[in-house]
Parts: sequence; structure tokens; C-alpha cells
Amino acid sequence: MHDQLAEVFKEYEGEKGAVIPVLQKVQEKLGYLSEEAISEIAKFSKMSESEIFGIASFYAQFRFTRPGEHAVKVCLGTACHVRGGEQILEAVERDLDVERGGTTKDYKFSLERVACFGSCALAPVMVVDKNVYGRLTIIKVRDILSKYH
Amino acid sequence: MKFEEIQKRALSAWDAWQRSSKPRILVGTATCGRAAGAIAVMEAIYEELKQRSIEAAVTEVGCIGLCYGEPMVDIIKPGNPRITYCNMTPEIVPQLIEDYLIKDNPHPELALGYIGDGKVDGIPVLFELPVLKPQVRIVLRNCGFIDPTNIDHYIANDGYSGLVRALATSPEVVVEEVKKSGLRGRGGAGFPTWMKWELCRKAPSKEKYIICNADEGDPGAFMNRSLLEGDPHSVLEGMVIGAYTIGANEGYIYCRAEYPLALERLRIALRQMEGYGFLGDNILGSGFNFHIKIKEGAGAFVCGEETALMASIEGKRGMPRSRPPFPAVSGLWGKPTNINNVETWANIALILQRGGGWYSQYGTENSKGSKTFALVGKIERTGLIEVPLGIKLRDIIYGVGGGILKGKQFKAVQTGGPSGGCLPASMLDSPVDYESLTAAGSIMGSGGMIVMDENTCVVDIARYFLSFTQAESCGKCVPCRVGTRQMLNILERIAKGEGQPNDVAQLERLANTVKLGSLCGLGQTAPNPVLTTARYFRDEYEAHILDKRCPALVCKELISFYILPDKCTGCMICARNCPVEAISGGKRLIHVIEQEKCVKCGTCLDVCPERFSAVVKVSGEQIKVPQKPVPVGT
Repeated sequence: MHDQLAEVFKEYEGEKGAVIPVLQKVQEKLGYLSEEAISEIAKFSKMSESEIFGIASFYAQFRFTRPGEHAVKVCLGTACHVRGGEQILEAVERDLDVERGGTTKDYKFSLERVACFGSCALAPVMVVDKNVYGRLTIIKVRDILSKYH
Repeated sequence: MKFEEIQKRALSAWDAWQRSSKPRILVGTATCGRAAGAIAVMEAIYEELKQRSIEAAVTEVGCIGLCYGEPMVDIIKPGNPRITYCNMTPEIVPQLIEDYLIKDNPHPELALGYIGDGKVDGIPVLFELPVLKPQVRIVLRNCGFIDPTNIDHYIANDGYSGLVRALATSPEVVVEEVKKSGLRGRGGAGFPTWMKWELCRKAPSKEKYIICNADEGDPGAFMNRSLLEGDPHSVLEGMVIGAYTIGANEGYIYCRAEYPLALERLRIALRQMEGYGFLGDNILGSGFNFHIKIKEGAGAFVCGEETALMASIEGKRGMPRSRPPFPAVSGLWGKPTNINNVETWANIALILQRGGGWYSQYGTENSKGSKTFALVGKIERTGLIEVPLGIKLRDIIYGVGGGILKGKQFKAVQTGGPSGGCLPASMLDSPVDYESLTAAGSIMGSGGMIVMDENTCVVDIARYFLSFTQAESCGKCVPCRVGTRQMLNILERIAKGEGQPNDVAQLERLANTVKLGSLCGLGQTAPNPVLTTARYFRDEYEAHILDKRCPALVCKELISFYILPDKCTGCMICARNCPVEAISGGKRLIHVIEQEKCVKCGTCLDVCPERFSAVVKVSGEQIKVPQKPVPVGT
């Protein structure tokens, strides 16, 4: 971990207002922001750990626990909402036996609700890793997820 | 290299591409096209061309806005007009290529329309279609027509001539031109752009900043994403013009991290600009220096607010501060800063290219030009549209959009995202301009337009938006932090059927407090969805509160599903598909839903074959059904 962080820090050495890009890069490399990582970032930024955590926890992008192997994101933007997105999300929760925001016990899936992917024309939409699935129904959800089990 | 030379070379490259002796195939691969399967379609095209040894040029283009027809493929056979094909699949495409490119059969049944000179039997002119006829293409003029990763395509279509014109004149003249155009901010609030520029230009400081707000956070809106993916240079040209005008040497693009393709296209575009000397030191020999950095947002809706956005660029929590001082005086790092939305910047390039007078021919007295909207929801033709300001809502929904999905009844249209309001059928003939939308209780916003039908519950919609703004409230000021929470509590209990008679009045009181007392735009506009629904659809609130009934059959706690005993044939399809095994029955037995187990997902209603139509959804009434499954016919 130390080398990976050093690499990120080198890129942002001396740059004004670099905390957020640093957090983004670190999360990209490590998958999430561990306590150790936050502590290192604090040293690099010459700020306290609580300040760094305060910034990171403000933004929805940052995670503080280990994510699952597959990221399942169900869209609940307005277009998805009016076309039944909530029912889709509930179906995923039932199928994976995990609540929104959580990770399955076997670390296979993380489930998130997101505000909008901008693929509103295909509502309701779900994204698994980088694959977008549109015009979903509860029955389709089961088939899609079974491919990742 | 001089600009004239760059332009000449770009034009001849463009011309050669246009008059290519080989067939050209354009594939719309913006994010929406990709979501619909455009990449697989493109791979199928490459495979077919290779297998049949057909020489053709395949180009990826941005989105033309007809989302309902994605994935879209355009084929231009030398000497023929360009034909636009919709809803392509990897299965259809090889046949189409074989039949059209080899056998000369253009398959009119797969085509949406054609563009250009000539005529194709059985295919209409694309821009004469009802979906496109009421539209104008000003900001989106290049989307779907140029290769967004090729700067020469942009230059060949008048690109960067606006910048050249600006650099040859004084900042005062540029401000005057923008003033003449009548352009107002496209981020939603509609502040006159020239005035904002003039304030910042006059602010005395050696260091100034320009920001492009690409933090498109409204759920249900994707105008900016589409523009950045389909024509990034139009936005960047506007930024350089703005920087020159106010005297800034550094600029930022603050773009959502959720838009990876837009970010990639921007990075490519910035490199190309530097290569041609449109960015960097001594731009086109003018002595003017300007650099642009990209900052990726980290997922906070409030960062769309200008002071919060600047705090975020500075590496802080993205919390707004009170104004004055306005950013034009003290913005990023305490220096004068001018911030505009993506679409505003793209308009600037065009105004300098074609003139403010030309631009002001579109729109109304006080709202000039065009506006892009993401037309989505319960509408036949979803898409990204661009219409002249002043157009009637009816012409958008029934003309461009083709009416309500499946011929259902129109209920409301929501503009302005979580900050806007729901407008009822009686407003369909109001014009779409800044003042009219505000008078109706909504706002122009950045351009989300979500259509709702009879099956949409306004209480549920108000609750949905409030839960969004409540979760996104940064917590700095009390009216927004506590007020939105209280409003949400009330809405939640109304949706559960636990509303109290004075709840609507209480909601309105709270809403007005939050509106007046909040620090920034998020809180000041968060009550709009509640206020408009309470104003135009009060009877629906009353049905929930007094009758414990959801007329649109949406609110979960107020609806039930039943299987009608005289219609059920015991086919078992519903029981097999029920995700929670709440349906008991058996072959030739009338099925029964156990109400305590039912999660009200509606699957049984969806799967029950239409010829039986045995499942019903009701609210506020009880249907008599057997306690346990009994043989069909008893």
C-alpha cells in the first residue's frame, strides 16, 4: 500500500487543493479508503485525520469499507423512479440478500443506489460493473444477476 | 501555424471525408447509445465489412438526441443521401449492410429518415419528422454530425472562428456582442450572461478564474453530458473567449466523475487545442495566456451551487457560503471568478461565430435563443431535444415527444429537477421561458423535463424529490437541514396513509420557511416540488389523508393486489414468478395472494396473461376472494 500511495503523492506534490483528487486516486488504486490510507493522506496534506475524513465523508463517491467483487448500482433518478426503479432495487436487495449501501457477506456484491446515470431513455436502469442494463423488469433482474453469481 | 492555414487544412480534410468515394457509416456511441448496445452493433459492422471485404469508413459520433431509436446507425453511400437507421441490433446490421451496400436495397422499414439532397423511396426527410420539425439545432448542431475526437471536424464547421474574432477585438466589444444576443445563464437561474461577465471583467485583480460548471446533478437530466460527449470543442471555445474577455489566465472544468466518456472526450479535446495553439501561452499569437484544468466531482449534488463548487475545487467540503461577496468579486481562492454552465459556454462560441444579432432571432422578448431539454418519463419519444425558447409545453410533449406512453392520460410535467415543480394539464399552453415557468411555481432549471401520466402519484413524486434534496442538503443552515427533514417526515406519513387533516397546510408553512430562510439555491428551491403539487393536485393529497387512498395506485402502504376468482384459471404463472412466494394455489385452483406476505412489487400483475387479466391492483377498496385456493369454477 505504501508504494502505491507514494506514487499518488508524487503526482500531486505542491498542487493547490489536491485533497479530493488524491482521495479519488487512492480509492481507485486500493478500492476504498482504509484508516491507514486516510492517515497517510493526512500526513501528505499536512492536515489532521479528522479533517481528511470530514472531506471524504462529505462526498458520496468515497467508501470506507472493502467493496464487493461486483458493483451493482441501481438508478433511482426521476425517470427511473416513475418507471418503477424502486421495485427493481427491492428485487435486487431480495435476490442478493443485502440492503442498499451494503456488501454481501461473501464480498461478492456491493449494492448501491445512484441518483442518475443519464440513461433516462432506457429507464429503469441498473449497472453491474461496467455493463448497463436498461428497460428492466423484476424478472429480468433475476436473470442478469444469475450471470454474476 | 496561422489560423487561416489550420482552417484551410481542416476544411479540405472535412471535404475529403464528406465526398469520400467509399461508403461511410456513422455509429452513435454516446453513453446513451452504448447503454442501448451501440458498441456491439459497431463490432458487428466491422465484422461484416471484413467478411465481405467491403471498404467503408466507420466513425463514432455523438448523440443526435433521438434516444428512443438507440442504437442508431447512419449510412452514407456515395452519391446518395445519408440514411438514419434506428433500433439497430448486431443481428440486423450485417443484413442491412449486405442489402444496402451490395444489393442497393436501403430497407426503408428500418430507416427513420434521410438527410441531404436526393430522395429515397419510402423514407421520409429526417428533419421533417414530427419529432425534429419543431426543434432548432443551434447548440447541438454538431452532435451526431462530427467526430467529437477530431478537432478538424469542429474547425471545418466554423469552429474557433469565434475565438479568432474575439481575439481580434477588445473585451468590451465581446461583452457588447453577448449583451446583444440576450443570452441568459443556462444553468437554471437565468442571470444575464453579459452582466456577470462585466462585473468580473471590471473587478480589479491580476489573477482571475473561469469555471465551467459540468456538475450536472439533477436526476433525469443529461443535456450537458450529451453535449460534452458529442461536441466538446464548442464548450471549450466558449471558455477561452470568456477568459479573454474577463482577463483570466486559468480555468477549471468541474465535471461529474459519473461521466467517464465526457471526461475522456474533454481530455482529448484539450490536447488538440494545445497542439493548434488555441490554449496555453500566447494563444494564436495574441499574447493572451490561458490554461484549463479538469476537476472531477466526487458526488455531491450541492456542488452544482457556485460557491459550493468553488469550495470543492479548493479541496474542501463542498458547502456553499453566503453572498455577497459574489464570485465575480471574490470567488475561487478569493479571486474574481466567472462561472457558467456547459450550455452557456457552448452558446458563447456560437454567438461570437455568428453574431449576437443572429442569435437573438430565436426565442422571446426576454428569453433569447434555444434551450436543450432531456425529455423523459412517461413519453413516447424520449430524447435530448433543443427548442426555441417560448415554445409551448404542449408542442414539446405532444409534438416532439409524440404524446404520453401507451396513449395514457397526461398528468403533469416536471421541469427543473428537484428545484422545480410539477405543472398540470392546465399549464400545457404556457410558453417555456424563464418568467412563465417561475410564475407557474417551477423553474427553467438546467433542462430536465419529466413527463408523468395518470399512473404517477404526485405525493410520491414530492416525497421522492424531497428525499433527494434532504439527503443532499449539506447541513450548514438550519432551515434546509431541519426543514427538509420535517417536510419529508410529513410526506412519508401521508404516503403511508397516516396523514393528518392539517398536514398540507403544515407542509406549506414549512415550505415557505425553508424557501425564505435557506442559505443557497438548494434549500431555497427544494420546496418547489411540494408547493406545486399541493397547489395543482390538492385533491390527491386529500385522498391520501382523508380517504387513505392513493388514486394513482402507487403508494405501497395504500394499495393491494388481488386475484379475481371468476377470472383466474389456475395457470400457476403468477405463483411461479412471485419473488416472495406470497401466492398459494395449484393446477386448476383459484390462486390467492397472502396479503401479509405480499411486497406489492406488481410482478403477478405483469405476468398474468392478458387473456385472463385476473390480477387487479386497488386502493381503498377490498375485493372479495376465497381464503384459500379452491377449484376453478367454485
